[in-house]
Amino acid sequence: MNGWSALQRFLDTDPRDAGCAEAMEMLHVYAELVASDVEAARLYPQVAAHLLACGPCAEDLAGLLAAIRENLER
Amino acid sequence: MIRNDAESAEWVRGLSSEGAERERAATRLHEIALRVARAEVHRRSAQLRISGPEADDVAHQAAADAVLAIINKVGQFRGESRFTTWAYKFVIFEVSAKIGRHFWRTAPVSLETEDWARLPDRFGFEPAQQAQWRDLLAALRRAVEQELTERQRRIFVAIVLDAIPLDTLVIELNSNRNAIYKTLFDARRKLRASLAANGYLDPDTPRWP
Repeated sequence: MNGWSALQRFLDTDPRDAGCAEAMEMLHVYAELVASDVEAARLYPQVAAHLLACGPCAEDLAGLLAAIRENLER
Repeated sequence: MIRNDAESAEWVRGLSSEGAERERAATRLHEIALRVARAEVHRRSAQLRISGPEADDVAHQAAADAVLAIINKVGQFRGESRFTTWAYKFVIFEVSAKIGRHFWRTAPVSLETEDWARLPDRFGFEPAQQAQWRDLLAALRRAVEQELTERQRRIFVAIVLDAIPLDTLVIELNSNRNAIYKTLFDARRKLRASLAANGYLDPDTPRWP
């Protein structure tokens, strides 16, 4: 990614973006859908839009998915 | 989607009960939370810049705080996921918060610092092609200084120029992730509009998928 595309990506805002509060509230539901190969982004487009733009929330989703997939409760 | 699987119901029953049953459930929850926290700290170890006992201490703190939050909120579990997935979420959030706090201790940066020379590098502009981006970034700086509110400007500078993680800024400004994100979201929109109005960006092309 060159500087122009990185800057454009940073400046572009998606009006569907749910924001952190809603994404964090739904993250466990969203993560289970992703882990089950269900189209989470189609069911929750506002959360999906947020996760594309918010690094910290996307990082939390990655951690949650890793925990689900590693089955750490056993 | 509301699910009432037996395992989730057992967790809720155990943590909502009293005496030895509650103690057993809380102990097992803590064991799981610690495994999740350790795995997550390990996964983020590059960001953390710590390892060994110090990293394990972060995991222990995150697990303990997450267990308290889960027990306090168990009545709010609505069965939209497995109970353990819901519980993992609290652990992950606690790890994020602890890492945000840790960043400030290991890499102190003044919020008053404004080094605009860092801007090209932050977006990966090549120094050799300065002639192509100099005007664009000068326009961006003008827009930051003229179009943003003081708070928007402060958050833009902290996150973009100083590369302070959002979760660290949450602690420093005594705010929350949603409020900081929303402030930056509004700033990004204003800056894009300003650059588009001055002919630096296409005003009409939405770039979201």
